[in-house]
Amino acid sequence: MIDYVSALSIDFGLIVPEITVLVTSFVVMMLACSKKVSSWSSTVTLVGYVLALWFTTRQWGHQGSGFADMVTCDNFGIVFKAIFIVASIIVVFLGHRYLRVKGLHRGEYYALMLVSTLGMMVMANSSDLIVLFLGLEIMSVPLYVMAGMYRRSLESNEAGIKYFFMGAFSTAFLLLGIAFIFGASGTTNLRSIVTDFSYIANSFPVYLYAGVALILIGFGFKVGTVPFHTWVPDVYQGAPTPVTAFFSVAPKAAGFAALLRVFVYGFSEVTILSDVFWVLAVLTMTVGNLLALRQDNVKRMLAYSSISHAGYILVALVVGGADAVAAAIFYLVAYTMFNLGGFGVVTLLETRSGCKSEFNELRGLSKTNPYLTATLALFMFALSGFPPTVGFIGKFYIFSAAMQSGFVWLTVIGVMNSFVSVYYYLRVIKTSFFDEAEGTPVPAVLSPTIIIALVITAVGTLGLGLFPQQLLQLSQAAIFGMP
Amino acid sequence: MSEYLAVLLFAVAGIGIVLITFGISRLLRPHNPYPEKNVTYECAEETVGPSWIQFNNRFYIFALIFVIFDVEAIFLFPWAVAFGQLGLFALVEVTLFLMILFFGLFYAWKKGVLKWV
Amino acid sequence: MNLDTVIFFAAAVVAVFGATMMIAQKNPIASALYLILSLVAQAILYVQLGGLFLGSILIVVYAGAIMVLFLFVIMLLNLRSSDDLGPPPPALGRFTKYAFGILLSVELIVIVKAARMPSKATGVLGFPVEDFGSVKAVSTQMFTTYVYPLELTGILMLIAVVGAVVIAKKENNAQVSDDSGSDRPAKKQVS
Repeated sequence: MIDYVSALSIDFGLIVPEITVLVTSFVVMMLACSKKVSSWSSTVTLVGYVLALWFTTRQWGHQGSGFADMVTCDNFGIVFKAIFIVASIIVVFLGHRYLRVKGLHRGEYYALMLVSTLGMMVMANSSDLIVLFLGLEIMSVPLYVMAGMYRRSLESNEAGIKYFFMGAFSTAFLLLGIAFIFGASGTTNLRSIVTDFSYIANSFPVYLYAGVALILIGFGFKVGTVPFHTWVPDVYQGAPTPVTAFFSVAPKAAGFAALLRVFVYGFSEVTILSDVFWVLAVLTMTVGNLLALRQDNVKRMLAYSSISHAGYILVALVVGGADAVAAAIFYLVAYTMFNLGGFGVVTLLETRSGCKSEFNELRGLSKTNPYLTATLALFMFALSGFPPTVGFIGKFYIFSAAMQSGFVWLTVIGVMNSFVSVYYYLRVIKTSFFDEAEGTPVPAVLSPTIIIALVITAVGTLGLGLFPQQLLQLSQAAIFGMP
Repeated sequence: MSEYLAVLLFAVAGIGIVLITFGISRLLRPHNPYPEKNVTYECAEETVGPSWIQFNNRFYIFALIFVIFDVEAIFLFPWAVAFGQLGLFALVEVTLFLMILFFGLFYAWKKGVLKWV
Repeated sequence: MNLDTVIFFAAAVVAVFGATMMIAQKNPIASALYLILSLVAQAILYVQLGGLFLGSILIVVYAGAIMVLFLFVIMLLNLRSSDDLGPPPPALGRFTKYAFGILLSVELIVIVKAARMPSKATGVLGFPVEDFGSVKAVSTQMFTTYVYPLELTGILMLIAVVGAVVIAKKENNAQVSDDSGSDRPAKKQVS
């Protein structure tokens, strides 16, 4: 009998955070079965996330691979896992009261969120395309359900269905791409693909390029790049707002983790990719920004804004190399903070009865909730990239990485896009500060949980903007640990 | 070639059994057709309304749980084939796999999905 | 022309015929039945390629379980025929669908012609294992190298069950009345 445990290098130390999240999701599902204890689910979820975060930070600096080289534990994956967990924690705080008001506060919500986070963590740590695909599916299936969870709202149903169909199509593309790569190389392991790249490229170029293109399309759908973005606004608008907040950050970060791992590490020698990403990045940021200008709904505007932010991060993929990856990670952390903050305020406002997040509902907000309006303004400044917020630093690193590699036009287009985006972000500030409300505006009621979420994101947005050095060092240390 | 012969024999046997049973009953049964025999049988009542109705969505959950456990069965099939070779390692692995899936069944049960009324 | 080729062409023709008839049907149930025909023919193709396990999966899971699910969903949605699907798309839409279909077919043929088809010993590693595609080869791979993906598949199926229950199960307890969402008209259900 062969000793399979050592032959396959089964090492549970590599996946302790994943196991923690999985076990927590089981516990939450059990809690959800009983009406008496289901209100504990949010607390248990938080404890699970904090434990997982703790285990994740303990892994920092550790490098290794296991499970027949399916899992790679490296700083790159660890940073992303931490991003997913922190984003999830903020979303738990942020959604608590909203879910209660809308009657959605069920244990299943948290269980689905936990499993979705698990899928993202699997994606970030995978060194095999099959594991990457499974992680993507484990991430997506709960998201489809979460989008459609608010069953009495037709918009939510529509969001769930739309997201499901687009997601299913995109996964089909991804899977076909992986199949082509497997056909050309006989393996799905990224390390083997990198080792034997020149052989594959010489022997089966058509399959290789077709596979790469299809994988790119698959992930393009997930992160919402133009021209695969059409689902984004409807889904973001229709889904319950805390779920939208989650959508706009965590799966996007997971998609970029996968994109960076596959294209900057795995297929770094496919030189045409840089040009493809150039076009995608320019299209994504420009189209996202231009369409955001025309929106009258804040959630929809934030949806288009998240598309344009994906465009900025794509710049890092155009550039490639360690500096660009570090800049992308920095930007994703920053984006997590200010985007969740922005959605946090929107969530809070939506707990007022009858509020659908139209722009004109923001009128007179500074009279009723001055501090909240100031926080909202902070997040809008960060989204548009004003100093001293972290939004400015993030954009600065991304575009300076592009400049150093000689992508002048890309930088010019990016900066011009930032200027365009200022218009619609400032429109939020203008409406909430200077426009008079019709009738008496209803004040938004703050709850302790949402205050925690807003404080975390606001401190993150401002603090990381003033002292970016630590985060920058962290993201520079987050390199691929695969020789 | 011999492999196809086996498949052919199976096919012939399969079709043959059906033909033979139908043929025998054809020979034995009385032949007396009349129009009422072709009417849809509904407990001796006149049929009411179309047979196309909207199913209860419980069927859907049942069918989905069935699919899940069908897929599980197809995963067990190769395990059974190679069990002797893989031994304890695969046993632990499959047990874990089954436990994860049975947790899903347990959840559905607890939620009262399996109850009909 | 040996027997392999004859069976291949027979199965291929049936598969394409089934798929074509499936999309040409007005009655969704008939579509589902044609899909079964197509799947069985595809299973024969897989078996011919040596993918015995894949062929049996296609029969057991797709033609069996998933088809049951399809039929239930069709009945659940209560689709009678494609008359219920609303007016036909405008002429431009009809034209583009044929144009895209032809374009994609041509593209596929060009790619297949241009690409060197991997022969028996494909890729860098050749076939990863001896006896590629047999149940035994699949199982030794699946339960050794692919243990991590296997367990992940379990989690994926678990969350599919949970998700289906969350989406489809009736909420028993009356929830807080919703003032922003538009209520769905209550549909009469016959069980």
